Amino acid sequence: MSGPYLRTPGKGRSYDIFWKSVFFLGLFATIAALGWATNQVDYVWRWERIPDYFYFEKDIDITASMDGSISSIKKSGENALIIVTGEDNQSEQYEIPFSDLQVYEGDSIFVGDTLGIEKKWTMGIILEGLIVTLKVSAISIFFGIGLGLLTGLARISANPALRMTAITYIELIRGSPLLVQIFIWYFVLGTLINSLLSKFDISQVPPLWFGIASLAIFAGAYVAEIVRAGIQSVNRGQMEAARSLGMSNFNAMRHIIIPQAFRRILPPLAGQFISMIKDSSLLGVIAIRELTKATREAVSVSLQPFELWFLCAILYLILTFTFSMFVQYLEKRMVQR
Amino acid sequence: MIEVQNIYKTFFVTHEVQALSNVSHTVNQGEVVVVIGPSGSGKSTFLRCLNRLEFADSGHIYIDGVDILSPKTNINKIREEVGMVFQSFNLFPHKTVLENLTIAQTVVRNRSKSDATEKAMLLLKKVGIHDKAGTYPAQLSGGQQQRVAIARSLAMEPKILLFDEPTSALDPEMIGEVLDVMKAVAKEGMTMVVVTHEMGFAREVADEVLFMDHGMIIEKGTPEHFFTNPEEDRTKAFLSQIL
Repeated sequence: MSGPYLRTPGKGRSYDIFWKSVFFLGLFATIAALGWATNQVDYVWRWERIPDYFYFEKDIDITASMDGSISSIKKSGENALIIVTGEDNQSEQYEIPFSDLQVYEGDSIFVGDTLGIEKKWTMGIILEGLIVTLKVSAISIFFGIGLGLLTGLARISANPALRMTAITYIELIRGSPLLVQIFIWYFVLGTLINSLLSKFDISQVPPLWFGIASLAIFAGAYVAEIVRAGIQSVNRGQMEAARSLGMSNFNAMRHIIIPQAFRRILPPLAGQFISMIKDSSLLGVIAIRELTKATREAVSVSLQPFELWFLCAILYLILTFTFSMFVQYLEKRMVQR
Repeated sequence: MIEVQNIYKTFFVTHEVQALSNVSHTVNQGEVVVVIGPSGSGKSTFLRCLNRLEFADSGHIYIDGVDILSPKTNINKIREEVGMVFQSFNLFPHKTVLENLTIAQTVVRNRSKSDATEKAMLLLKKVGIHDKAGTYPAQLSGGQQQRVAIARSLAMEPKILLFDEPTSALDPEMIGEVLDVMKAVAKEGMTMVVVTHEMGFAREVADEVLFMDHGMIIEKGTPEHFFTNPEEDRTKAFLSQIL
């Protein structure tokens, strides 16, 4: 998407190379300065620990659930079969990796004693957070588009009830901070809804869904304005031509106006949803463990704030970049037609 | 076929503009009426009132005996029978030429896709663009686009066709091909109301010519009457400017 840009005549290859070098020098200087500064405060970089936050081998203690003694340990492949026999000849069997065995035949065992350790690959906290962020964003985008489309159409409807509802919704949402709206969804509406549900013995709505509601409804208001602008940007003549062929207002919108508007609103729509993916980082305040909250928790345990916060930022960058590439691909496919 | 009785239309832009003032006229079946006049004379407004793209403030307009200004009238049903061709073509840019012709047939007339396509190809052949059926309007010249627009209107098999300065946006060398199509349509007995500056077309095809100025019909008559001995001074002044 390189727009037409003017180049002053006489400034050729060497001009380009010089200023590009300036750019890269600046970039490296910034990184070097950061490295120097962290050295000065004796910060130890431990990037090698970062993969553990995605996927790691977790130690799981295997504990006895009855009193008794180890009556036999048999090897079966990589594992050991341990049989614990209790006082009244009841017995239980455990299977534990042979190398991590912590008991011997004949040992007395009490409830809760560790028999051995099993190693299991488990998702790390950052990966879990990333998945929550992805899930929240995807669901909110889906509902945001639907809500925005309906509101945008209502906004330009001839019916005053529809129009005024749309305007009230849009102004209300756009006029207050998202953080406050999240609090209202969780502490006000969430409390109300869950109290009502418990009164009628229906299961509770988890916080995740209040988070999704706040994001979708927030995005919907902005999408509505984008949709309205897109529809109004379609030439009047298109509607006139469609209507003069006998099409109803609904059919003209559906077959003629909205398909044309959709292409135009795709770029601003993508921008809106990219900022929504980033806004999902606020959901940590209502106990949704998305990427930012997960990073905070990881930092408080590991004391590696530098690596983890950079990682967090880079993961958001990857999400938003992938999304914008996907939209660009959509756009190209549509323009080709 | 079309009966217009005493219609008025006022626009409020920055100030009040009396676009139509006590306009009455009757168009019979199969007649070709050409409306001429200086710009701002209300001729386009008059035309657009006939399919209610503009809602006349007062008066009556009967299409086939149905009062289209009555709130009980389903205007979509009327518009199925009254086609319109625009100055700026207004083809649907996101649809192929063929789809431009089939969309209203399938959506409004409930024709099957194959019937609509058959009808569309027949009409595209008639206006000489059948080899461009799969292309998009932007790839066509202005003249070709306007011919597609005429075919699109004809695909609905209307009883009346309205033309709003169909050649005004065209390069001079493309005007002829569009006028030829219009003449062919007229010859087949279509009832037509044409707003145009093409006096040659008016002379050759029109059954009746209306001259409008300041929102009023100043003079009406046969083409011979207009181009040989017009009566009104304003008609004379206008004709002397453009002929």
